[in-house]
Amino acid sequence: MFNRRTLIGAISAFALLAASAPSFAQQYDIALISKGFQHQFWQAVKAGADKAAAELDVSVTFEGPDTEAQVDRQIDMLAAALARKPSAIGFAALDSQAATPLLEQAKAAGIPVVAFDSGVDSDIPLTTATTDNVAAAALAADKMAELIGGEGKVAVVAHDQTSRTGIDRVDGFVNRIKEAYPNIEVVSVQYGGGDQLQSTEITKSILLANPDLKGIFGANEGSAIGVANGATELGSKVVIIGFDSGAAQIKAITDGVMAGAITQNPVGIGYETVAAAVKALKGEALPPVIDTGFYFYDKSNMADPEIAAVLYQ
Amino acid sequence: MDSISTETKPGLIAGIRTSGAFHKLLAFSGLIALLVVFSLASPNFMQTQNVLAILQATSVNGVLAIAATLVIITGGIDLSVGTLMTFCAVIAGVILTFLGLPLPLGVLGAILAGTAAGLVSGTIIAKLKVPPFIATLGMMLILKGLSLVISGTRPIYFNDTPGFTQIAQGSLIGSIIPALPVPNGVLILFLVAAVISFILGKTALGRYTFALGSNEEAVRLSGVNVDRWKIAVYALAGSVCGVAGLLIASRLNSAQPALGQGYELDAIAAVVIGGTSLSGGRGTVLGTLIGALIISVLANGLRILSVAQEWQTVVTGCIIILAVYADILRRRNL
Repeated sequence: MFNRRTLIGAISAFALLAASAPSFAQQYDIALISKGFQHQFWQAVKAGADKAAAELDVSVTFEGPDTEAQVDRQIDMLAAALARKPSAIGFAALDSQAATPLLEQAKAAGIPVVAFDSGVDSDIPLTTATTDNVAAAALAADKMAELIGGEGKVAVVAHDQTSRTGIDRVDGFVNRIKEAYPNIEVVSVQYGGGDQLQSTEITKSILLANPDLKGIFGANEGSAIGVANGATELGSKVVIIGFDSGAAQIKAITDGVMAGAITQNPVGIGYETVAAAVKALKGEALPPVIDTGFYFYDKSNMADPEIAAVLYQ
Repeated sequence: MDSISTETKPGLIAGIRTSGAFHKLLAFSGLIALLVVFSLASPNFMQTQNVLAILQATSVNGVLAIAATLVIITGGIDLSVGTLMTFCAVIAGVILTFLGLPLPLGVLGAILAGTAAGLVSGTIIAKLKVPPFIATLGMMLILKGLSLVISGTRPIYFNDTPGFTQIAQGSLIGSIIPALPVPNGVLILFLVAAVISFILGKTALGRYTFALGSNEEAVRLSGVNVDRWKIAVYALAGSVCGVAGLLIASRLNSAQPALGQGYELDAIAAVVIGGTSLSGGRGTVLGTLIGALIISVLANGLRILSVAQEWQTVVTGCIIILAVYADILRRRNL
């Protein structure tokens, strides 16, 4: 008797869930598999995807593993998404190699794949919706020049010299300074692995070695927080520009320790991914990379709706 | 009460092979119900490819859950199964990729690493009398840290070991019957289940595993070396985690050192859904297998139905509580 009761209960619960899920026959069904789910950054990506879904009248699902270590969970999600036979797939690979067999499967089934965020190391995705890190770091260089009055010494503390974002952000900043600001000299580029403590120590050594330093660019969240900590510990008033957001960095900007930071546009990443998938389904041509945009934010514009929407705690 | 269950439970395991015992397994009817509901709700659910994807997704958690079952039957708990799995995968990576040794040595090394870690956990619990929860919590962190240290915090890829991906991704059955490409990982899961079922039902180690969970003191008083058997159970569970490590590494073609924490909870959930009692003395491998299948069928089915991820989590939580409550009711009515 208990059996039957549970069974009926379960069936009605699932019927309810199934009914609440979007199931329009004519609509495009786009499955996004991201690198995370509950983090603010990924929720912002999801918000952008939902916005595009509403505007373009398609249905979108968004899933991602609990942590960026759970490669196998992401693969299971991709496998389930493929079994659903979606119209298109958006994918941000945790490990491109592990996903290759499934991407081949998508290709064989004629399901277009759009990569987003850090993308997928494969030639199957039609395009990648991501931040143009070179341009974003160049904007940091422009702001730095403006804040230090167009002359003096500056330094860069970056996360690493091997990842795409590390290379692009350092190159973007250093090259822009070289091209546009002859009176500014980049005296040091150092790498702290994105580790706050290590970046703090590096910053202190740079400041002690260059007492006349005017500014430091911290190229990701951990580096930027490290730069702010290092400057605070030495009581230095050097101009600091950071990257991304997060509670510590936002506080540093509110407190005036950091002049401002570049933020990526996770909402734009989600929006452009869905928009690109729809274009692919309609047979329109896509560029190999779609720049999803970025902003410079500081104390003055942090509360603007456009900026506040893309900052995460 | 406890001494009675010591006698009856191993008999119950043996009895599962007879079809009459099947309807007693509530978890099994739950699994069937889920399969029926999802099949009716979506035509994409009951497709060969999707069923294989579900089985593939079950293989790692299923093997881990079998390891957890062994320990839970003794009345203990093993929180380190997830990170031990990762540790074993990393050891395979060291042997095969760093040292370039042949494949069988990597397989052996991973399983022995699991056995060794299980021996350590078992010894800490049996000899130092540290409660299993704390001992394996410590081991969970130690193994997580060691995996990161040994691998240099980077994934170790198995690109130089041809055949490694075949362990989980290849299909022995598919090479014989092309229409049925069951991945080897699934085959290994069922193999592990059969072996552990046999050990629990037919060997002295199995009998003592149940006896320890029912009434450890009585076993001790009857002159049995309780510590030795307990350590043996943890070592066996560790070896099973080694198999899980090989499965996940083969599936991802890499040992991902940061992975593993949190997997112990899915494993324990599968054990509990399968009707194994957390207070020990009672449990079956078959039940655990069904529990693990329920978890992956649920995850897969809800995804196929495009249910939002936050609701998937809620539903899974409800099912765990429901399954255990149903088991309690069944027991009361028995």
